[in-house]
Amino acid sequence: MAHSQHLAAPVGGRLLNNATLVAGVLIAIMAAVLLARFIFGLGAVTHLNDGYPFGIWIVVDVVIGSAFACGGFSVAMLVYIFNRGEYHPLVRPALLASLFGYTLAGISVIIDLGRYVNFWHIYWPGYANINSVMFEVAVCITAYVAVMWIEFAPVFLEKFGLHDIRKKLDKALFVVVALGTLLPMMHQSSIGTLLVVMGTQVNPLWQTQMLPLIYLLTAISMGYGVVLFESCVAASGYRRKIETHLLDPMAKVMLGVLAAYLVVRFGDLLVRGALGEAFKPTFVALSFWVENFCFAAPFLLIGNAAARRNPAKLFLAGVAIMFGGVFLRLNGFLIGYDTGPGWNYFPSAPELLVTIGMFSIEVLGYIVITRTFPVLPREEAYIKAHA
Amino acid sequence: MRADENPRRNFLKGCVAAGGVAAASAVAPPVAARETRQRPPEALGLLFDATLCVGCKACVAACKQANENPAEFSTVDPLWDTPLDTSARTYNLIKMYRHGTMETKDAETNGYAFMKTSCMHCADPSCVSACPVSAMTKDAATGIVEYNPEACIGCRYCVAACPFGIPKYQYDSAYGKIGKCELCRHRTKDGHYSACAEVCPTGATLYGKTADLLAEAKRRLALKPGSIARFPRGNLSGGPDQSYEAYAGTYKQHVYGDTEYGGTQVLKLSAVDFEKVGMPYLPPEAAAAHSETLQHTLYGGLAMPVVVLGALTWAARRNVHRGGDSNGDGGSKEGEK
Ligand code: SF4
Ligand code: SF4
Ligand code: SF4
Repeated sequence: MAHSQHLAAPVGGRLLNNATLVAGVLIAIMAAVLLARFIFGLGAVTHLNDGYPFGIWIVVDVVIGSAFACGGFSVAMLVYIFNRGEYHPLVRPALLASLFGYTLAGISVIIDLGRYVNFWHIYWPGYANINSVMFEVAVCITAYVAVMWIEFAPVFLEKFGLHDIRKKLDKALFVVVALGTLLPMMHQSSIGTLLVVMGTQVNPLWQTQMLPLIYLLTAISMGYGVVLFESCVAASGYRRKIETHLLDPMAKVMLGVLAAYLVVRFGDLLVRGALGEAFKPTFVALSFWVENFCFAAPFLLIGNAAARRNPAKLFLAGVAIMFGGVFLRLNGFLIGYDTGPGWNYFPSAPELLVTIGMFSIEVLGYIVITRTFPVLPREEAYIKAHA
Repeated sequence: MRADENPRRNFLKGCVAAGGVAAASAVAPPVAARETRQRPPEALGLLFDATLCVGCKACVAACKQANENPAEFSTVDPLWDTPLDTSARTYNLIKMYRHGTMETKDAETNGYAFMKTSCMHCADPSCVSACPVSAMTKDAATGIVEYNPEACIGCRYCVAACPFGIPKYQYDSAYGKIGKCELCRHRTKDGHYSACAEVCPTGATLYGKTADLLAEAKRRLALKPGSIARFPRGNLSGGPDQSYEAYAGTYKQHVYGDTEYGGTQVLKLSAVDFEKVGMPYLPPEAAAAHSETLQHTLYGGLAMPVVVLGALTWAARRNVHRGGDSNGDGGSKEGEK
């Protein structure tokens, strides 16, 4: 049964349940808030201001959301670039989460744009400014969303029995996969570069020419963290077996990337002599240590092989690394960003409700698609193969 | 045994490819290293001399009028235009520094001072580098940093990027614009210049070519504090002589805007420490130069992405079908073994 481990199947079951119902209500609330935003403007529903022109719709939904959505890219890279075919069962679920994460990040950007009707200017030669980091991020994310839908297309084609198109797509899939690895490398690093032009307004702990590498390495390790998290949640939510035999070695890869990251991060801080900032008695310094404690925690949690077979510890390690990434990004874009005295920002309730609504779309979409389409590894085959 | 039948060896190959790419990017010289830009030779700007400013705010009112901006209120009774900061509808503001008893003008302790806040028209502007759709541009001849609402997508990256907090967005509008000083470029065609400089009674705000303004600023720094000297008003680089005699201030020996981020076209003189009056310390290399150096080192001519894509395609080509993305409907080599 060499094949068994590649099989994916719909989970089945009812689409209407408590989880989907709650998600539906939250999405409806978001729609109401967005209506107000488009009629009355950004100020009517958000706490955005000229000291903090980027709020959670950008920093959480796009900067953090897209890094969370790196699971698809991180796992696909293992499988297809480093030829670790054994991780294949993890590809589809991870890709699905990425697809949602990125598509919704794109939608969040449109909602946040003050002059959204002009958004196509980014892609238009007369307007596009190739010196702008935002231009690079926007074009690259758009391309990646398209590439991911193609990468994920086999799932729909399979379901609807379109085997001819499926076979044709298979032949070109390696190009799509290569692009699907390159594009996130480009824009995840550029999301870090976004901070560079903000110059001295960003605390030296997060302002460096190494930002692209720092954001890339954390996005990759967050990708693995999300897969750990999501595998454990899907297993308990759907009462399935946890793929520990896959998660254990993958967690090891994750620790490797993370170790490389910490070397780069602290090496850079030492070389620039910026570490002193971390020992000032400020909230910003505290936030720096919380961030790095989260990045170091996985080594304590799953540093040894026995711990890596413990689903609870794998889950916690995944969560820790996700939080590390969250803090790195919040710190750079909001907490360690200072335009001068007098400016404050904390998201408003409606603003939070939109972010929560976006997250609900992800959860709802994940449930509907895994129940109806072949995404998660087929359970019986899986049990037979590993009994 | 074919190489691609050994997953471990292929894994290693993947690592080698990835390592090669990483090494190439690490050692690649920043060919595109972009130097900080300097002001164009005919750059236009303003010189604000805080020691001459009497805080009359005629320039604030004139700026409102010249740009057809409405009054903004911060008091209970909306009687006068009383903005507390520049905004998308207030491009120019005189802010006050106060300390202790506020007895002496232009004294750091127990004194007070005024400072103008408006766009500095940077030599290497962060807002222009940041804007993804060229809605912020710098005129090649005059160096004026201009805004075009027809191009703008309202992303507010310029707001985040500007070190002086100058571009501001209209959050209270359903389809807001950015607002900022454009050095009254719309007034030049009928012989006018910056309204703020035109109305300034003391010449504290002076209009002209930045080269001339810089020379004038340096002349003032060399004056003996308290001595009587002549001070021009209005337009330094043309127009009638409106100069008058006044006492030279006790200047800090620095022209703000001479070197900051490569220089700005609006220059400032002050008797109070610049950071205390809200002008931040900025290094001589512009953040825009750092940002664009990174951007073009990584993506210049798409060279690096193409190389990486090549390596990735090579690796993916060997592995995609072996891994067998096909879900049990044939096509997987592993299935045929
Ligand atoms: S002061 Fe700000 S808005 Fe004005 S040119 Fe410089 S960066 Fe742009
Ligand atoms: S808000 Fe407008 S002017 Fe500012 S960076 Fe975005 S598109 Fe450019
Ligand atoms: S130059 Fe014109 S727009 Fe700029 S501050 Fe002066 S009056 Fe206002």
